[in-house]
Amino acid sequence: MGESKLDLLQGTLDLMVLQTLAAIGTQHGYGIARRIEQASGDEVLLNQGTIYASLVRLQQRGWIDAEWGTSDNNRKAKFYSITRSGRRQLEKDAAYWQRLSDVMGRVLAMSPEGNL
Amino acid sequence: MSTLRRALARVRSFVSKPPLDADLEAEIAAHIEFAIEENIQRGMTPLEARRKAFIHFGGVETAKYQQRESRGIMRLDILLQDLRYTLRTLGRDRGFTLVAILILALGIGANIAVFSVVNTLLLRPLPFPDSQQLVRIHQKDPKGGESSMTYSTDAMLSFQRQTQSFQQVTGYFAFSTPDNAKLMGNGQPQPITGMTVAGNFFPTLGVAPMLGRNFSAEEAVKNGRPVTLLSYPFWKRQFGANPGIVGQTINLDGTQTTIVGVLPGTFDFGAVFAPGAKVDLYSPAILSDMEDWGNTMALVGRLKPGVTLGQAQAEADFIFPKLLFNDKHPEWNRNGGYDARLFDLKNYVSGKLRQSLIFLWSAVGMILLIVCVNLSNLLLARAAARAKEFAMRTALGAGRGRIVRQLLTESLVLSLSGALLGLGMAFAVIAWLAHQSSIALPLLSGLRIDGAALAWTLFIAVSASVLFGLAPAIRLASGNLQAVLTDSGLGSGQSKRHEFVRSILVVSEIALACVLLVGAGLLLRSFLRVLDVDLGFEPSRAAAIGVSYDDGGSSVKRGVILQQVIQRVEQIPGVETAGISDELPMSTNRSWGIAPKGWDYKKQGLLPDTFLYVVTPGYLHSIGMRIVAGRDFTWDDTNKDMGAVIINETVAHHIWPGQDAVGKIAEINGGQLAQVIGVVADVHETNAETAAGWQMYLSQTAPQFGPVGANLVIRTKLPPASLATGVMTVLREINPKQPANEFKPIQMLVDHASSPRRFFVMLVASFAGLGLLLAALGIYGVISYSVTQRTQEIGIRMALGATTSQVQFSVIAKTLRLALFGIFVGAAVSFFLSRAIAALLFNTAPSDPLTFAAMVLLIGTVALLAGYIPARRASRINPMVALRNN
Repeated sequence: MGESKLDLLQGTLDLMVLQTLAAIGTQHGYGIARRIEQASGDEVLLNQGTIYASLVRLQQRGWIDAEWGTSDNNRKAKFYSITRSGRRQLEKDAAYWQRLSDVMGRVLAMSPEGNL
Repeated sequence: MSTLRRALARVRSFVSKPPLDADLEAEIAAHIEFAIEENIQRGMTPLEARRKAFIHFGGVETAKYQQRESRGIMRLDILLQDLRYTLRTLGRDRGFTLVAILILALGIGANIAVFSVVNTLLLRPLPFPDSQQLVRIHQKDPKGGESSMTYSTDAMLSFQRQTQSFQQVTGYFAFSTPDNAKLMGNGQPQPITGMTVAGNFFPTLGVAPMLGRNFSAEEAVKNGRPVTLLSYPFWKRQFGANPGIVGQTINLDGTQTTIVGVLPGTFDFGAVFAPGAKVDLYSPAILSDMEDWGNTMALVGRLKPGVTLGQAQAEADFIFPKLLFNDKHPEWNRNGGYDARLFDLKNYVSGKLRQSLIFLWSAVGMILLIVCVNLSNLLLARAAARAKEFAMRTALGAGRGRIVRQLLTESLVLSLSGALLGLGMAFAVIAWLAHQSSIALPLLSGLRIDGAALAWTLFIAVSASVLFGLAPAIRLASGNLQAVLTDSGLGSGQSKRHEFVRSILVVSEIALACVLLVGAGLLLRSFLRVLDVDLGFEPSRAAAIGVSYDDGGSSVKRGVILQQVIQRVEQIPGVETAGISDELPMSTNRSWGIAPKGWDYKKQGLLPDTFLYVVTPGYLHSIGMRIVAGRDFTWDDTNKDMGAVIINETVAHHIWPGQDAVGKIAEINGGQLAQVIGVVADVHETNAETAAGWQMYLSQTAPQFGPVGANLVIRTKLPPASLATGVMTVLREINPKQPANEFKPIQMLVDHASSPRRFFVMLVASFAGLGLLLAALGIYGVISYSVTQRTQEIGIRMALGATTSQVQFSVIAKTLRLALFGIFVGAAVSFFLSRAIAALLFNTAPSDPLTFAAMVLLIGTVALLAGYIPARRASRINPMVALRNN
C-alpha cells in the first residue's frame, strides 16, 4: 500500500460517513466507501472493509438508518441514510473539526523564533 | 442518550449473533460484487477485477472482526469462546482435570470448613441483639472453680440496685448438673436437664420466647406458681412441636408445673455458657430461697449504651468490695467483700480459642498455598507439552495478553469446579461438626456455611486461580517462538529453565509441608503429653450413673439407702467395687474452705477455696484414686461434732508442711471441726492440663455435710456399657422412681475435658498429612518428568556402561537435593514460627528436638519414596529403545 497515504485518525471515519450520507442521500456500503475515496482525492488510506464497523456504530447510536433494498443494477444491498439526529451530530462534529484544524493550522504556522 | 442506546444495542447484538453475522456476510458479499462489477467496467479481466476488489476491501475476516467488536460485547464473546475451548481441552485431558479438581477441592474445602468454624466462633457476633453490650462478671481469682467465680443472690441484687453502668444484671444458677430433674407422667420417670435462671435472664439477653411469654415477676418469688420455659429442641422432641403447649402443665419432680413459653431454636444455652451441655427447660430462680446457699449465681449484665467495659470495670471495682455475702450476716464480710472482673461476653466465650483458631486458619491457608504450588507444577508440566500449540498460535497472530487470558480462564474453570466440590465437602464436614456435642467448644451448634463463607469461597477460588495459573500462563505466552518450535526437548536451554522453575516450586512445597508437619507434630506431642498426665484417678474401666433416692432429709436414712445400693450393685457379676460421690472430677464442682483448727484469717491470711466432694466408703477406690496415707471412710464416719475429712496432698503440704497430716484437726467452712483420716494423691479436677487445686473429701453419712447429688461409680473388668442394664435394674428395685439416667464411662468425662485439644490436633494433623501427600505428588511429578526428558541421555549413559544402580542413584540424589533444600528452609522457618504457638503447647518446647527430627525424617522418607518410583523407571530404560526413539 502507498505509504504516502493518510492514516485515518480515530473517529474521523464516522464523520466522513455521516457527511457522505448527508451529501448524497441513501447509499450502500460500497458506494459510501467509493465516495469517500473520490472526495479525498484518493489521499485517504482506507481498507474498504473498515467502513462496516463504522456503519454499525453509527446505526447503533441512531444517527443513520439501514434497510435492505435493490440497487440500480438489480443487486440486493443494504442501504444507509442519515437520520435527523445524525444531521445534528454531523453539524456538531463538523464544527468541532473545523475549529481543531484551524487551531492546528495556527499552531503549526508558528515561526521558529516564537514571537509571541 | 445515544450512548445508552448504543449500550442496549450492543447487548441486543450480543444475544442475537447468528442473524447479524449472516447479515454482515451478505453485505460484504454485495460489496465485493459491486467492486468486481465496477472493475470489469473499467476494463479488467474478471480474474483481475476480483483480485483487485479483495485487495481494496482489505482483510475480510478483519473487517468482520472489527464490525463485531464495535457491534457487540467482545469481552464476553472472548470469554465464552475461551470457556468453550477450556471445556474442550480439559475434557480431552480427563485424568489431569480430575486430579487438579480433586486437589483443589481438598484445599478449598478445608479452607471453607475452617473459615466457617473461625467465623462462627470468632468473627460472628453472639446470637443476641446488641450483643456487644453483654458482659460476663466473675471473681478475679477463679482458683476454686465455680464457687469462686459466682456470687450470692444478695450480692447480685445489691449490685443490680447500685450499678449505674448496667441496664440490667442477671444470672443463672451455676451448679446445675445434667439430668438434674425428672419428668414424671406416663411410664418411667425421664431424666431431663433443667437450668435455673434469674427472672430477668432472657430479657437481659434479648431473647424473646417463640411461643408464650417470659416468667412474670410473681412467678420468680417464693410461693409463686411453678412455671417453666421449654427449650426448642426439647419442645420438638418431647412434645412433637405442639403449638398449643403453652398453658399446659407437666409433672416436674412431683410438682405440677405450667409451661409458659417455648424459647426460639436460635437460643442455645450450652453453646454460649456451657460448651457441650444441653438444657431441656428453664425455671425461674426463687432468689429468697437461695440467699443462704452461698455463691451460686453466675453473673451476666447488659451495659447501658455508650458505657465502655473500662468504665463498668472501674465502677465494679468500687461497688463489689462493699457487697455483702449475706445481707442477714454482715459479720461474714469481716475479711472483705467480693471483687469482680468484667469480660466482653463474646471474648469470654471464645477468646481463649482465638490463638488456636488463628493457628488453624494459618495451617489451612498453608494447605491452600501448597495446593496452588502443586497445581502450578501440574500446569507447568502440561505447559511443556502444550508449548508448541501456543507457539503456533502466537505465530498465527494471537497476542500475549490474549494467550494469558485464555490460560487464566482455564485455571479459573479448574479452581471454580474445585471450589464447588470443596463446598460440598465442607457442607458435609460442617453439618457433622455442628452435631458433635462431645466437643466442648462453644457456639459449635451454630456452625453453618453462611453468606460470608460463600464470599470467602469465591475469594479464595479466584485468588488461587490467579496464583497457580499466572506463572504457567506467563511462561507459555512469553516463550521464544523459534526456540519452542524447533526445540525437540533435548537438553535445550528452554527445558532447563523450565525445570529450574519447577524445582523451585517443589522446594517451596516441601518447605511449606515441613512447616505444617512440625506444627502438627508439636501439637500432637503436646496432646500425647496431656494423655500421659497422671490424673490422680483411673478413668478406664470405670463408669458412673446418677442415682435418685428419697432420704427425707435424714442422713441416717441416706446412709442406709446408699449402703444398700452399693452392696446390691457390687453383687452384679463383673462389678469389682462401687461407691458414690456427689460430684465427679472434670464435670461439675463447688468449693468450701478448709483450715487448720484455730487458723486466724486476719493474721495468717486467707486460704484458697477448696474443691469439695461428699463421698461414700469405696468411692475413692472405685474411681481409682490413691490413698497415700491414712484410711478410706467407713459407714460409721457419722460423728456430728467431729467429722472425718480426707484431703489431697496439695492441702496436706500447704497446711501441715513436713508433718503427717493424718490425725490433725481441721476447720471446715470456718466452723465445723473434722479430723483428717487420710491423704489422697492430687486429682486433676478441671482437666488434665490445669494443675490440681486444693481438694477435700467428706463423708456422705455425716449429717453436717450435705451432698448435692449422688453419682454411683463402679469399677469393672468388663466393658462398662455391658453392665448398664444390670445396674439400672438394681436401682429401680430400690427406688422405682429412679429415672433412666445415662450410664457414662468416666473416660468420657476425661475425653470431654480434652476434646478441644483433640479437635485441633486432629484437624491440624490431617492438614499436615494432606500437605505431605501433595508435596510427595509434587516431587514425584518433577522427578518423573525429568526422567522422561532425559530418557535419551540416560540411554546413552547406560550404553556407555553406567550400571542400573548408578542411574538409580543419580535420580535419587537429585530427589534428595530438592528435598533437603526444602526441609532446610522449612525447618528454619518452623524454628521461628513455632515460638508463636508456644502458648498452645503443653509440656513441649517450641523447638522440641524430637519433634523436629521425627518430622524431618518423615518428610525425607516420603520424598525418597516419591523419588524412588521414577528412579526405578529410569534404571529400567532400555538403551537401544531410548536411543532409537526421539
